[in-house]
Amino acid sequence: MNKIILIIKREYLSRVKKKSFLLTTFLVPLFFIGMYVGIFYLTKKSFEDSHAIVHIVDQEGTIAPKLKSNKNITYNTSDIGLQEQIELLKADNDNTNVLIIPADFYSSQSIELLSSGKPNMTTQGEVKSQLRDIIRNEHYIKMGLNVDSIRNINDNIYISAKEVTETGDAKESHTEVAMGIGMALSILIYLSLFLYGAQVMRGIIEEKTSRIVEVVISSVKPFQLMMGKIIGIGLVGITQFALWILLSVALASVASTLLFNEKDLTNQMATQSMQENQMVMASQGFNIMGALASINFGELIVCFFIFFLGGYFLYSALFAAVGSAVDSETEATQFTMPITMPLLLTYILSFGVLVNDPHGPIATWLSFIPFTSPIAMLVRVPFGVPIWQIALSSALLIGGFVLTTWFAGRIYRVGILMYGKKASIKELIKWFKYKS
Amino acid sequence: MLDIRHIVKQYSNHRALDDVSIYVPKGSIFGLLGPNGAGKTSLIRIINQITAPDSGQIYFDGELLQPKHIERIGYLPEERGLYKKMKIGEQMLYLAQLKGLGKQDAIHRIRYWFEKLHMEDWFEKKVEDLSKGMQQKVQFVATVVHEPDLIILDEPFSGFDPVNAQTIQEEILELNKKGATIIYSTHRMESVEELCDNIALINKSRKILDGAVKEIKRSYQNQTYVIEFKKKADTAYALLDTALFELISETDHAEESEIKIRIDATKSLNEILLYLIPQIDIHQIREIIPSMHDIFIDQVRKSSAPLATNHE
Repeated sequence: MNKIILIIKREYLSRVKKKSFLLTTFLVPLFFIGMYVGIFYLTKKSFEDSHAIVHIVDQEGTIAPKLKSNKNITYNTSDIGLQEQIELLKADNDNTNVLIIPADFYSSQSIELLSSGKPNMTTQGEVKSQLRDIIRNEHYIKMGLNVDSIRNINDNIYISAKEVTETGDAKESHTEVAMGIGMALSILIYLSLFLYGAQVMRGIIEEKTSRIVEVVISSVKPFQLMMGKIIGIGLVGITQFALWILLSVALASVASTLLFNEKDLTNQMATQSMQENQMVMASQGFNIMGALASINFGELIVCFFIFFLGGYFLYSALFAAVGSAVDSETEATQFTMPITMPLLLTYILSFGVLVNDPHGPIATWLSFIPFTSPIAMLVRVPFGVPIWQIALSSALLIGGFVLTTWFAGRIYRVGILMYGKKASIKELIKWFKYKS
Repeated sequence: MLDIRHIVKQYSNHRALDDVSIYVPKGSIFGLLGPNGAGKTSLIRIINQITAPDSGQIYFDGELLQPKHIERIGYLPEERGLYKKMKIGEQMLYLAQLKGLGKQDAIHRIRYWFEKLHMEDWFEKKVEDLSKGMQQKVQFVATVVHEPDLIILDEPFSGFDPVNAQTIQEEILELNKKGATIIYSTHRMESVEELCDNIALINKSRKILDGAVKEIKRSYQNQTYVIEFKKKADTAYALLDTALFELISETDHAEESEIKIRIDATKSLNEILLYLIPQIDIHQIREIIPSMHDIFIDQVRKSSAPLATNHE
C-alpha cells in the first residue's frame, strides 16, 4: 500500500511540476475571461461607434421635422441637392448616411438609405422604428384616436415557465440554458476523458519503451504500478479542474466588479433596447441571468467530478491496456479507435437527441450504460434528473470501471513485458487468459 | 540462498522452463548461462516474482519465496531503462523507496554510492543528458542501493567501456565479499571463469548442466595432454604404436615435434612418462583443460541436436 502511494506521488508530482501544467492551468481561465471581457468591450464599443449622421432629403416634405436626433443619430436637414449629398458621402468615411424619403412615403411606406460604408444595423433599426412611429401616429390621428393613451398601453407578456419537481415544488425551468450547459459539459468531459486517458497510455508506453518497467515491477506488482499511474494522473485532472473553477470564479468576480462599475452604460443599453422595440432581446437577457441563478451549480459540480472520475477510471484502464500492448503511439491508434467509439457516439448524440429529449428513452438508457453515462448523464443533469437515477448510474459506472480495471490489469501484466511483439486481438485474449 | 525446485513455466505455444531445478549456494557468484531464448529471463522473472511459475517452488534463504523477499533482491535487467525526463537523484530515491528504504536512509545510501563511483554531480541531471555508459552506472547503483542479499545481474557488462566494466566488476566482487549472493546471467564465458564459483547451463528450457565451475572443468578433463619433445628424425614415431594411449594428432616443427594424446582412464600420466622418457627428450607437457566456452558450446550442441531433428 505504501508503494502505491509512492507511485501515485511520482506520477502526480512529475506532471504537476511541469511547466505545461502550470501554463494550461493559468492560461485557460485567463483565456476564457479574456474572451468574455473582449466580447463585452467590443459590444460596448460598437454601441458607441454606431452614432450616425443622417442627412435627410425629404421629398414628401412633412417627415423631416418629425425625426428626432438622439444619442445614436444626428439628423441633418439640408437643402443641397441629392447629387451633392452623394458626392459628400463618397468623401466621407464616418458613419454618414443619406435618407431619401419619397413623395409617396405614406402610401409606399418605403425609403432609401445611402451610407458611406456598409449600412449600420443599429442606424437602420433606429430610422425604421422612428418612421414606423410616424406612420402609426398618422393612422391613429386619422382614426381619431388619442396617440398618448395608446402609447401607454403595455402589451408585454412575461412567461415564467416552471417545472414541477418530484417533491411537488415548482422550479423555474430554462430549457435553452440547460441545453447550453449540457452541451458545454459534454465537450468538457469528452475532451478531458481523452486528454487524461491518453496521458495514462502515453505514460505506460514510455515506461515500456524505456524498459524502466521491468525494474519497477521487480519492486511492485504490475497492478499496483498501473493503478498508481491511473490514480496519479486522475488526481492531476482533479487538481486542474479545481484550480480552473477557483480561478474562474476569482477572475470572473474581479472582472464583473470592474465591468459593472459602468452601470449607467448597461442600464442605458437595457432601456434603449426596450424603447427600440427590442423587447425580445432584452427579456432574453434578463432570463439568462435568472436561469443561471436557477441552475444548481453545486449539484452540477459534484456530478461533474463523480462522472469525470468514474468515466476517467473506466476509460483510462482501457487506455492502459492498450498502452501495455503496443510499442509506440502510432501502433496504439488501431486499438484506441474501437474502445472510444461509445464515447464518440454519445458525444455526437449530445448535440441532438440528448439535449432535445433529455428524459427520453435514448438519453435515459445511455445515461445508465457505464461506457456512455459520463457524457449522457452530465448532459441530462442541468435539466434536472431524479437523485435515484444519478445514484444508480454512478453505481453502475463504479461497477463498470472495476470490471474494466480488472480486465485491463490482466492484459497489462503480460503486455508490459512483451517487446516487439505485434499485438492482435487474438494475442490479447491469450494474454488475458494467462495464469497470474 | 536460493533453492529452485522443478520450475515449469508454460506459455500458450511453448514451454519456457521445463522442470528446472537449481541450487544457488549462499555467498556464491552463480553463473546462469545459456544461449538466447533458452529461458534465462523467464527464470529470472520468476525469481523476481514478476511472473509466477505454473508449478514448482522456490525457497529463498530457507523460506518459500514471498513478496516480502522482493526487498532483499536487487535486479539489473538486460533491457536497461530509466525515466528519461526525471532527475537522476529523484529517480534513485524513487527506486530505492520502492525497494522499501526510508527516505533519509535512501538519500544517505545514494550519496554513498554516487561518491564511490564518482558521480556526485549527476544528481540534478536528467537521464537524457547522460551517455549510455553513465546510464548503466546509474542503473547499477539502483540495483544495489538497498543492499540486497541476492543480486541478479543480467548481462551487467554490456554497454560498458573496459574501464567502467572493470570498476563494476570490482564492485560486484566487493559486494560478494561482504556477503551478497550474486546470480550472473550471461553468455560471455571468459568472465564466467573469472567470476563464478558455480554455474547452471540452460538450453531449450531445460537445465543441461550445473555445479561448481572447478568440478565441471575437472569432469571435462579427459586425460588429454600435449607433449613437446626434441625432434628425432630416425625414430619415425615408433613409439606411437603403443597401446598405452590414443594419439590424437602429431605436428612437426623445425626443432621440435608435438603430439596430442589421450590416456586411457585406467592408466596414469606417470606410467606414460616412464614409457616415454627413455625414448624422447621431453621439453614440455601440458594438460588440455577445456574452457567454459568449449563446454558451453559442446553442451548446447549436444542438447540441441536431437531435439532439432525431432522437430522436423
